Amino acid sequence: GYTTLPANRRRQELIIKSDGLAESVVAAACARVGQRVLHLDRKSYYAGSWASFTFNGLLSWIQEHTLHDWSNLLEDGEEMICLSNTNSAPFKTDKQTEEEQVEAFPSRPQVSWGDRGPHQLQKTCGLNILHCPITQAIQTEGEGPEPESGQPRPSAAPSQSEPVKKKISYAQLLKEGRRFNIDLVSKLMYSRGSLVDLLIKSNVSRYAEFKNVTRILTYRHGNVEQVPCSRADVFASRQLSVVEKRKLMRFLTSCLEETQEEQAFAGRPYLEFLRDQQLGDNLQHFLLHSIAMATEDTPTEEGLASTRHFLRCLGRYGNTPFLFPLYGLGEIPQCFCRMCAVFGGIYCLRHSVHSLLVHKDTNRCKAVIDSRGQRISCSHVVVEDGYVEAARKPTATPTRFLSRAVLITDGSVLSSESDQQVSLVTVPPSEAGGPSVRLVELCPSTMTCMPGTYLVHLTCQSVSSAYQDLSPVVTRMFRTPESHDQEGRPSVLWCLYFNMADGSAVEVEGHDLPSNVYVCSGPDGGLGHQHAIGQAEAIFHKILPEDEFCPPAPNPEDIIYDGETCTSPLGEEGEERGEEEGEGEGEGAGEEEGEGEGGEKEEKEQEEEEEEEEERDGEVQEKQSLKSEE
Amino acid sequence: QHGRVKIKSTAQQEEEKRKEREKKLKIYVAARDACFSKRREGVWDDEALQLTQQLLSSNPDFATLWNYRREILLHLETVREEDELQKIYEAELSFLESCLKMNPKSYGSWHHRGWVSARLPRPDWARELSLCDRCLSLDDRNFHCWDYRRMVVKMSGVPVDQELQFTDRLIGSNFSNYSSWHYRSTLLPLLHPESPEPPSPCQQLLKEYELVQNAFFTDPNDQSAWFYYRWLLGRGVYVCVSLMVLHVREEERVVVAFSRPVNVSHFSWRNNYIISKNASVVIHIWNFVHFLTWTQICDLPPGTISDITNEHNLTVHWTEKHTHRDCALYTGRNESWCRDSATDQELFRSELSVEKTSVLQSELQSCNQLQELEPLNKWCLLTIILLMRALDPLGYEKETLAHFQTLKEVDSMRSAYYSDLCSKFMIENTILKMEYAEVRVFSISDKKLTTLCHLDQLLLVTHINLSSNLLQRLPPQFAMLQCLEVLEADNNCIENLEGLYHLPKLEEVYLKNNKISKLADLQPLVSCPKLKHLDLRGNPITETTNIQSELAELLPSVTDLLL
Repeated sequence: GYTTLPANRRRQELIIKSDGLAESVVAAACARVGQRVLHLDRKSYYAGSWASFTFNGLLSWIQEHTLHDWSNLLEDGEEMICLSNTNSAPFKTDKQTEEEQVEAFPSRPQVSWGDRGPHQLQKTCGLNILHCPITQAIQTEGEGPEPESGQPRPSAAPSQSEPVKKKISYAQLLKEGRRFNIDLVSKLMYSRGSLVDLLIKSNVSRYAEFKNVTRILTYRHGNVEQVPCSRADVFASRQLSVVEKRKLMRFLTSCLEETQEEQAFAGRPYLEFLRDQQLGDNLQHFLLHSIAMATEDTPTEEGLASTRHFLRCLGRYGNTPFLFPLYGLGEIPQCFCRMCAVFGGIYCLRHSVHSLLVHKDTNRCKAVIDSRGQRISCSHVVVEDGYVEAARKPTATPTRFLSRAVLITDGSVLSSESDQQVSLVTVPPSEAGGPSVRLVELCPSTMTCMPGTYLVHLTCQSVSSAYQDLSPVVTRMFRTPESHDQEGRPSVLWCLYFNMADGSAVEVEGHDLPSNVYVCSGPDGGLGHQHAIGQAEAIFHKILPEDEFCPPAPNPEDIIYDGETCTSPLGEEGEERGEEEGEGEGEGAGEEEGEGEGGEKEEKEQEEEEEEEEERDGEVQEKQSLKSEE
Repeated sequence: QHGRVKIKSTAQQEEEKRKEREKKLKIYVAARDACFSKRREGVWDDEALQLTQQLLSSNPDFATLWNYRREILLHLETVREEDELQKIYEAELSFLESCLKMNPKSYGSWHHRGWVSARLPRPDWARELSLCDRCLSLDDRNFHCWDYRRMVVKMSGVPVDQELQFTDRLIGSNFSNYSSWHYRSTLLPLLHPESPEPPSPCQQLLKEYELVQNAFFTDPNDQSAWFYYRWLLGRGVYVCVSLMVLHVREEERVVVAFSRPVNVSHFSWRNNYIISKNASVVIHIWNFVHFLTWTQICDLPPGTISDITNEHNLTVHWTEKHTHRDCALYTGRNESWCRDSATDQELFRSELSVEKTSVLQSELQSCNQLQELEPLNKWCLLTIILLMRALDPLGYEKETLAHFQTLKEVDSMRSAYYSDLCSKFMIENTILKMEYAEVRVFSISDKKLTTLCHLDQLLLVTHINLSSNLLQRLPPQFAMLQCLEVLEADNNCIENLEGLYHLPKLEEVYLKNNKISKLADLQPLVSCPKLKHLDLRGNPITETTNIQSELAELLPSVTDLLL
């Protein structure tokens, strides 16, 4: 990125700060219809709270966000007085002209976080980190002496019963760290959801590759079971009796059409509706928790709507309704950024906005001053909610949080013939009122973890801290130092718990901000991307009410590079673009070549083909079955 | 607008595409002409291989070029070493793979692949199998690939159980696939040949039932699983052609009737006729009743069996099945007969072992369970009917009729098929209820019959009552009823009397309220010499002028004519 913005680019139509999904989509959409877009991010990486990190990258991210508790350094009779961090203090500039007033922006976003739980939690970015001790345990193990030495071993040590399987050490994780792409947000793409539609419509899909989620699982009676959702699954299921199979298939086909019956259940829980359909316990569980992904008191109309959405998404690309982008979800905002850059957008990382200059009479933002003291004029500004001072936010919006956990494990929660399964596991609340947990298990072929490991994301609405919310589930489903008698369960090699703000609880309207400053909420807790895409489209229509949102981008060979567009400002952009793309490659194809594994490469190419043909449903299915043969 | 990316117009793009196409066509035509001229000159060189490869990779359906290519390869076989050939053919296979990617259903490519594989000095069948697997995973109904795969399996001797697992896999990924089910049905008999003494139903069979039930419970509207199920249920049931011999002294004739048409020209007949204890006559002269192959009628030479004091033994040899029937005409008797099946129980279904019965019974239960959930599913209803027929045709008669009624409603497109099937079952039930030896009267009125069948079983009947049904015709095989004297067929929709032909004993015909409209329709009756009573009231023909006199002329033997 630029360190100093060239003089000729100090006049922008749209400035976007931070690059989460919604912001990136707005940026791409605006650039696509000819707006001059400047995209600034304080951070050194793309995608903001939507980022994906390598293992080592994540470790530094953790470092950055962990609140250090130095109280153990205190000696008797001493007391600690904390000094405020100058960096994070909202500061004001003196440069005030008569008609402009400077709005203060904290250079580090702050989110208030109540006094929750016993754990000391960092109050930055809405991300609260809690480190699990297993990291340390395995670290010692990797460097520790031979097992025979009789030294006390950490409980995460490999059990004697399976000596063949060599446990992956922490040192190995570090060594292979760049094979990991660990998302801060855990989501999946509904194959007929708003994100996939947008990717196809805008041709942004050409920048990414996808894999099918291959199984939907659920945790029930202490076991992980496969949820039969497609026709082939129902046929092959061993848990269902033939009568259950028929009832399930009949419900799944009939519920696509609205019936008189459901009217009668409007406002009543979906569970009651399911009971009324005379579906047994098995089927009720599958339908409520795994297909509708609802809770026991979700109303019928909502439950049916999500069931229908699930079913409509089935079979477009495979046997489940979901897709997952190779190299992690962080790829998606980057794809839109790339589209934005192709259409002239400029990107500056490690570059933050210091203040907004607002015209007092019109209450419109005229320009921004960046962290290097440059004044950049603009017509519109898009910011993430985290950048907005609490005082300027609409009142009475309690912040909700998500509890997240990231695990690196050595096996799948449900082993099967293929070890390359991508699974969504729904874990219903263990007690009434508890959170239902969503678990996504990614295999190495999703390019998010090293061979021999699985990357597991757990997400739920925070009831308490992430550790308190999620560790019971982890202990039950995996082998950890705390779990006992978990023979045959995958071991947790490393884990991380953190909390982050739930974007769906953030009010994006009603801020005390100029009318041409738009707020994005940051990632929400939902499984799909509807929230962010909807927000992006709404902001785009506010900025450009007349224009089409993300019309199909032309093929590169159809773009005419001549005359003025090729010389002056775009000349520099061209250079910038080159840099961008170079960066992108570095994370994708470049790395691939470095590893030099032919098989993987081939698969990647197939995936590419697959994506190109995304619109042609039938063929895509073929491609994907082709892939599964590999 | 300022700042927007300029894009080529559609016309520009079209123009570019057009030029591209023209260029391609030029190259293609030139290469094609070069190939043709080379072939004319009988050149079989590497350049020709190159040229054809270039053409075929863009158009793999050019049969002439494949032929030319084979000529070249055959020529190379005569001049190259084996190792070299192996390489050439391997290259050919990988080239074919690219052609199949272009068009996975190209006849030319698949045929050529088969040809090459068969000629390859050291074939790699495993590779071919995995290629087929890949193709089938793209399109599990690609019959070219299925065909090629069968060849590969045959050539490489893949064990049957492995192939069964292969179908398991295909059915698992998509059970709506006739090809896989059918392939399964060809493999199972190889793995588990049905022994003459049926052992208890083997595990495999029970597993098959479970598999197919999973399929039709998951999707009861998918016919492939139902067809496979029908095949499974019907396995081991052998329906043979039964035959019946009738021997009449008075007319000095022998009648042989079959349960299904038999092609006479393919079989030879030998009839050994013992006239007295020591003398025998071999009769070769059979009168085939016009085109019918259901019945064979033989008029014996006059005097052969006319002496009532003699006992005569008739042996009919049927060479097709290497069987023969003996039929003795005792002293003082006017006629004698013999028939094939031993018991009534086995007449229309095969004898069930206790085990088989219990299997069918439990299958019936599952189907009934499904029918409760899906009361209007035609495949389920039909299967239930067939199971009931196999288990206890008379006991389930009421249910069967009710199911037929539902079937006709839910699948009205095929209601005529169901009516015919129902008629067949009703006739079977009526025959089962007859005490055969004694009863010469067959009555099946008011049963909504639309068709007549199993007439071979009614060879001895003298009086038949078909009143108040929905019959439209008396089919040719009706002429089998050689003993028939009285036909009651009032209140039907009969417009065709084709089957009332050469019935030597027919005396009375009741056809009140039918649809006979033309004099020509009554023509077959001319061949019934003893016809005396004819009731045609309520038929359109009675409206014709002069009908009385014309009928009298046509059928002079009729004395009681009711119009």
